[in-house]
Amino acid sequence: MRRWLPLALVIAGILVAVALPRVLYSVLALRIMLWALFAVSVDLLLGFGGMLSFGHAAFWGGAGYTAALLAKTFQLPFPIAALAGTLAAMALATPIGYLAIRRRGIYFAMVTLAFAQMLFYVVNEWRDVTGGENGVQAVPKLLPGFSVSRTLDFYYAALPLILLGFFFAYRIVHSPFGHVLVSIRDNEARAQALGYPTQRYKLLAFVLSAGLAGLAGSLFAIGNSFASLELLHWTTSGTVVLMVVLGGMGTLWGGAIGAAIVLLMEDWLSGFTEASGVITGAVLVVIVLGFRRGLWPTLRDLVTASRHPEAPPSVDASAP
Amino acid sequence: MDLGYVSVQLFNGLVNGAFYALLSLGLAIIFGVMRVVNFAHGAFYMLGAFGAYLLLQQIALPFWIALVVAPLGVAVIGAVLERLFLRRLYPLDPLYNFLLTFGLTIFIQDAMRLRFGIQGQPYPMPAELAASVSFGAIGYPVYRLFVIAFSIAICFGVWYAIERTRLGMVVRAATERGELTRALGIDVDRWMTGVFGAGIALAALAGVLAAPMRNVSPLMGSELIILTFAVVVIGGMGSIVGAVTAGFLVGLLASLGAIFNPALENVVVFALMAVVLLVRPAGLFGSPEAE
Repeated sequence: MRRWLPLALVIAGILVAVALPRVLYSVLALRIMLWALFAVSVDLLLGFGGMLSFGHAAFWGGAGYTAALLAKTFQLPFPIAALAGTLAAMALATPIGYLAIRRRGIYFAMVTLAFAQMLFYVVNEWRDVTGGENGVQAVPKLLPGFSVSRTLDFYYAALPLILLGFFFAYRIVHSPFGHVLVSIRDNEARAQALGYPTQRYKLLAFVLSAGLAGLAGSLFAIGNSFASLELLHWTTSGTVVLMVVLGGMGTLWGGAIGAAIVLLMEDWLSGFTEASGVITGAVLVVIVLGFRRGLWPTLRDLVTASRHPEAPPSVDASAP
Repeated sequence: MDLGYVSVQLFNGLVNGAFYALLSLGLAIIFGVMRVVNFAHGAFYMLGAFGAYLLLQQIALPFWIALVVAPLGVAVIGAVLERLFLRRLYPLDPLYNFLLTFGLTIFIQDAMRLRFGIQGQPYPMPAELAASVSFGAIGYPVYRLFVIAFSIAICFGVWYAIERTRLGMVVRAATERGELTRALGIDVDRWMTGVFGAGIALAALAGVLAAPMRNVSPLMGSELIILTFAVVVIGGMGSIVGAVTAGFLVGLLASLGAIFNPALENVVVFALMAVVLLVRPAGLFGSPEAE
C-alpha cells in the first residue's frame, strides 16, 4: 500500500465523522461514532492482543453509570464526567483483568463474561444509587459557556474527545508496546523467553482497552441522557464483538465499519420488526461460517490488488 | 436467624444446584469431546421448557411423556445444527464456535420472543407431585424433592455411561486421541453429533424440569447460561465430576448468601469464581494442562 494511503484514510475518516450528523439524524450519528470507538477498544484487545473479551459491557456500562451519576448529582460538565467514567472503567478493569488473564482463549472469554454479569447484578440490586431497572434518567448535557443539550451540538462538542480516543488506539497499536502485544498474541511463550513480562503487558492492554470502552460508554450515557441496565447486559458485549468480527479483527478501522453497518442495519430494520436479534444473530452465524476475515481486510485486498495485480492476497492473520 | 428458614434456603439451594449440575454436565460433555463452549446451552434449556409447554397445549401430552419427548426433540435440533454449522469450525480456534453459538442464541431467543411474546407462560405442576411433605414445622414441595433426586440419578447415569461402558470408552478415546481413534476404524464424526445431541438433551431436560417451577419464557435461559459458565469455570472445564459437584456447591453457597442478603444470591457465584481463579486457575477439578 502506498504511503499516503493511511493519511488519506485518516482525513477521509475525519471528514466522514464531521459530515455524519448532516447525512443521518444526529442521534444515530452519535450512536455510530461511540459504538465505533467501543468496537475499536475491543479490537485493540482481540485483534492485537489475541484476547476475546466477552465482558466489555462492564466497562462501557460501568463508565456510563459513573459518568451519568456524576453529571446528574454534581452538575458536572460532560468532559469531566466522561473522564471520571473512563477512570472508573480502568479501575474496574484492573481486578477483572488481573483475574481474567490467568486463563487464555475461550476461558478468558467466559471469565470476562461472568464478571460483567456480576456487575450487571450489582447495579441491578443497588437500587438506591443506580435506580435499578429504571436506570439513571434525565442526565444533563453540560458544557460551561455553551449550550449542548441538543444532540447535534453535543455531537460536535464530543467529537474531539471521540477522535482523541481513536488516536489513542492508533498510537497504542503503532507503539513498541503494541508490537510486543502482537508478539504475545502470536507466541506468548516466545515473548516471555525474550524477557517480556507478558502478564503485565496483557493486563495493561486490558486496562487501556477498558479505558477506551469507558470513554465511549460515558459519552453514550450522557449523550442519551440515560444510563440503563442494557448498557451492562451480555448482549451488549456480544454485539460489539460481532461488530469487530464483521469489520475485520486486528484492523481498528474494521471495528468502526462493523459498528456503522450493524447500527445502520438495526436502524433500518426497526421500521419493520422489533426482533432485530433474529437478524443480528443470523448475520453473526453467516459471518463466522463464511466470512471470518471481515469487511476491511477484504476491501483492502481489493484495493491493493487492483493497484498491484501481481501482489499475492494477504494471509488470514486475523485468527486470535 | 431461625433454623427453619435456613433449612428451607439450603433446600432451595440444592434445587438450584440440581439445575446447575444438569446444565454444566451437558456443557462439560460437549466441551470434553469437541472443545466447543456451547453458548446456546441456555437457549436449548428454554426450548426444552417450551417443548413441554407446547406438547401439553397442542396435543395434551402430560409432563411424564414430555420429560422424554421434549429432550429428544430438542436434541435432534441440536444434532442438525451440529451437522450444518458447528462441524465446519472444529479445525479453527474454539472462539469461532463460541461466537457461532452466541449468534444462534440471540437468533433462537428473539425468534421465540417474536412468536410467544416476552410474557411467561405457566405450566401446571404434575398432579402426582403437587403435594408437600413436612419435616417438623416446615413443608417441602414433593416436586422439588423429585427434581433433586432425578437430577442426581441422571448425573450418576451419565457418569456411569462415560466411565464404565464401552460407549463411554469410545467417547473418551475420541476426546483424548481423535486421530488415533479414527485410525482404529471408529467413525468419530458420527459420535460427535451424538455427543452434542446428548449434551443438548441434558439442557432440554433441565428445561422440562424447570417448566412447572418457573414460568416458561423465551428469556428463561438467558441469565442462567452465564451462571452456568461460572459454575463450569469453578468446577474445571471438561471435568464431569467437577461440573456436577460445582453445580450443587454453587447452588448451596448462593442460597447461603441469600440468607444474609437476598441481593447477594447471584453475586456469590461470581465471587466464588474469582476466588477459584486466584487459588486454582484450572478449576477445582480441572487439570492445569487442560488449557
